[in-house]
Amino acid sequence: MKLTTTLMASTAMVMAGTSAFADAHMASEMTIVSWGGAYSASQKAAYHDPYSEANGVTIVNDESSAEAVAKLRAMSEAGNVTWDVVDVVAADAIRLCDEGLALEIDFDTQLANGDDGSTASEDFGDLLVSDCFIPQIVYSTTAGYRTDLVGDTPPTSICAMFDLEAYPGMRSLEKRPINNMEWALLCDGVAKADVYDVLETEAGQSQAFAKLDTIKDNVVWWSAGADTPQLLADGEVIMGTTYNGRLFALIEEQNQPVGMLWDAQVFDLDGWIIPTGLSPEREARALDYVKFATDTQRLADQAMYISYGPARASSAPLVGQHATLGIDMAQHMPTDPENAKNTFLYNYEWWADYRDDLDAKFQAWLSQ
Amino acid sequence: MTDTSNSGPVLAADGRPLKASLNRALRRQKLRAMLLIAPLLIFIMITFVVPIGQMLFRSVENQIVSDVLPRTTQMLVEWDASSGDAPDNTVFAALTKDLMVAVEKKQHTRLGSRLNYETTGVSSLFRKSGRKVDDMGEGYTDQFVALDPTWADPVFWADLMEAPSAADALPQTTDAYNAFASTIISEDEKDPRAEQPWHTVYLSLHQDLTADPAADVSGLPAEVAAAQAVAGGFASEDLAASYIKIDKDWGTVETWQTIQTYSPKFTNGYFLNAVDMQKSPDGAEWRPEDQQIYLTLFVRTMIMSMTITISCILLGYPVAWLLANLPMRQANLLMILVLLPFWTSLLVRTSAWKVLLQQQGVINDIVVWLGLVADDNRLALINNATGTIIAMTHILLPFMILPLYSVMKTIPPAYLRAAKSLGATNWTAFWRVYFPQSVPGIGAGSILVFILSIGYYITPEIVGGTKGVFISNRIAYHISSSLNWGLAAALGAILLAVVLLLYWAYDRIVGIDNVKLGG
Repeated sequence: MKLTTTLMASTAMVMAGTSAFADAHMASEMTIVSWGGAYSASQKAAYHDPYSEANGVTIVNDESSAEAVAKLRAMSEAGNVTWDVVDVVAADAIRLCDEGLALEIDFDTQLANGDDGSTASEDFGDLLVSDCFIPQIVYSTTAGYRTDLVGDTPPTSICAMFDLEAYPGMRSLEKRPINNMEWALLCDGVAKADVYDVLETEAGQSQAFAKLDTIKDNVVWWSAGADTPQLLADGEVIMGTTYNGRLFALIEEQNQPVGMLWDAQVFDLDGWIIPTGLSPEREARALDYVKFATDTQRLADQAMYISYGPARASSAPLVGQHATLGIDMAQHMPTDPENAKNTFLYNYEWWADYRDDLDAKFQAWLSQ
Repeated sequence: MTDTSNSGPVLAADGRPLKASLNRALRRQKLRAMLLIAPLLIFIMITFVVPIGQMLFRSVENQIVSDVLPRTTQMLVEWDASSGDAPDNTVFAALTKDLMVAVEKKQHTRLGSRLNYETTGVSSLFRKSGRKVDDMGEGYTDQFVALDPTWADPVFWADLMEAPSAADALPQTTDAYNAFASTIISEDEKDPRAEQPWHTVYLSLHQDLTADPAADVSGLPAEVAAAQAVAGGFASEDLAASYIKIDKDWGTVETWQTIQTYSPKFTNGYFLNAVDMQKSPDGAEWRPEDQQIYLTLFVRTMIMSMTITISCILLGYPVAWLLANLPMRQANLLMILVLLPFWTSLLVRTSAWKVLLQQQGVINDIVVWLGLVADDNRLALINNATGTIIAMTHILLPFMILPLYSVMKTIPPAYLRAAKSLGATNWTAFWRVYFPQSVPGIGAGSILVFILSIGYYITPEIVGGTKGVFISNRIAYHISSSLNWGLAAALGAILLAVVLLLYWAYDRIVGIDNVKLGG
């Protein structure tokens, strides 16, 4: 008799304990999917830890963002979606939204207003590229070069990539048409505004491939973001493209003789989506989390740990110093005016149409 | 003697014919055996055969087009692409009705992605049109409501559609209304009696009333007859023009031809794609040369897998021989060295090869230091086919050594000694006596290594550059990146068929009985 009472009392206490933290209408555990490595660590410090501390929610990290699209589709077909919030790049978010696998978000009602009083849709502005996608960071794909291997005149333009005479040696480019085709055209005399119009035509595509042909034998093609930093560090290539955060780590954290070539950096976005088909409790929890994690202060906090620019305009003035290196982060952001003198904006809509076709042509070109 | 004169069947003790009795006992035995293996059989069926079958089925599956655009695909049957003109307004009306439902169910963008695999631009075509489709046909709604405000009343509509003669008198309207009602109930959980119907319903009503101005509408409310009298005079809306305004691709034959070609529920389109061909109005044709890649990759996968298998035999045979013939202590040590790579992560091993093989890597540094090659002419050992062959031979070597070892272990050393004592040279003794007995091990090892290597994609992706990647890399790309699972399934099915064919050939030439994993 006594045992039962004690048991019941303790159960009641446990229940009271949880409900004191977590709202009864929301799940008390969630799985957040991201890219792993330094990026996940920055999210954990800036978002996960403060959120679970405030709400008593257990957050499980999954590092499957690279296969998120395929896995979400498989989960949805099996009728068992185990992820609550997923970090994906904008192009993947558009694909997921198209497939009906991501929840549509009403930005102004479901996200926090900016600290400066702007609504969420004003604050994110043009970065809201899909109805399902909540932008988190702006990153760029840009080039880095070995300062000791490029001679006396370090490159200042992306076209150095195509200039084998001034900069002989190997370079590394991503093993996909996106970005490379655009740079090839830019360096072949096409105006920035006309790039996609030209690339739409057969002649324009041949022009881009012809330009890439001139350096084809001198290119190492990468498929993982870590490849170019490794190739640069080992002196395998004299210049190469990768994500700006990887180059930041290589230069500032590992002190390698590498310089940033911000010219014609291609802006891209990374952010959150919430899968469709969650139970109401889990969906409410996921929405509550993204509202917290994408407010002005939180987005600015993430920049303390990694050199990616916050997606909200109102976060930019709040960007401070790196948490461990103690250097000012603002000048390492791809969005910093000094770095963003000449930028290129990834055209999502265009690539959603042309990706399948150009990828087939690109792969055929590679294997020739 | 009397038994032989008895011409009847031999009987068992219970009086039944012996033959039947024996058969029965055998059947029972078989059944019992079946029951014993049943758990495993069911397990394999559920976890292996069924999923693979389902995946392969995707290579021909194409329901999405006719499911999302049922009315349009039906109307398109009669459209002739060779006329050179896009279809007329009736097809656009059907498209509007289909799209309206699809947008509510969020299926139109999926269909767009599907058709974009075939024709570039369809993805955004459907995405853009989906945003504007709810305005299509608005002109008809306005004209009906202007004629009589009752037409805007949801309850009037619901009652009208429940009338017994509605389906006969107004077939298209009934169809459009049902689509409207069931969609808003299932998608928005709204009551059709409280919502004004979509413009597509009014559009269909106009179609019904003008198709046969003398149709019998006597069983329906008087408003229908009143509308029937004037509907012919309504300003008609040029839907085709509205769509072409959204995107000029709606006016091209190519877009419609894609929808028409991919209307059937099943398609061979994925398989054609997988062998560098495509569907065209005149049947299958080769893709343009700048898009052909899969046949090259299939051939390359086969040739490189065979090269890897042969290098594994050449490198693994002596090691297995040593393992089988050294004294126990050394053999055990050697065995651990063979197994060690097994216990190391695949990624670690592959990355280690990168460090060794790259141009500024260990091997190149050594040969330059030795003066074998000039510093500015370092060997290209990685990011090409050589890199893939080296790294994969290393990774798959244990799969060759282990079966070889277990077969060699059973060959008595006395045979070799006997051969030599009968006058054979070392070579003859090995080649005529030892080697033939180790062939089953080579067979087993080769099958293992070959089949594993054609499915590898992580290692080729990391060290293969552009000339050392396999067909499996494209399969992985289509599964995880482009989401073109149909094409991935078709490529996988072809790969599976090729392997089965090679297995069959192996059975015919060498004999599958001649494969041993040991003993």
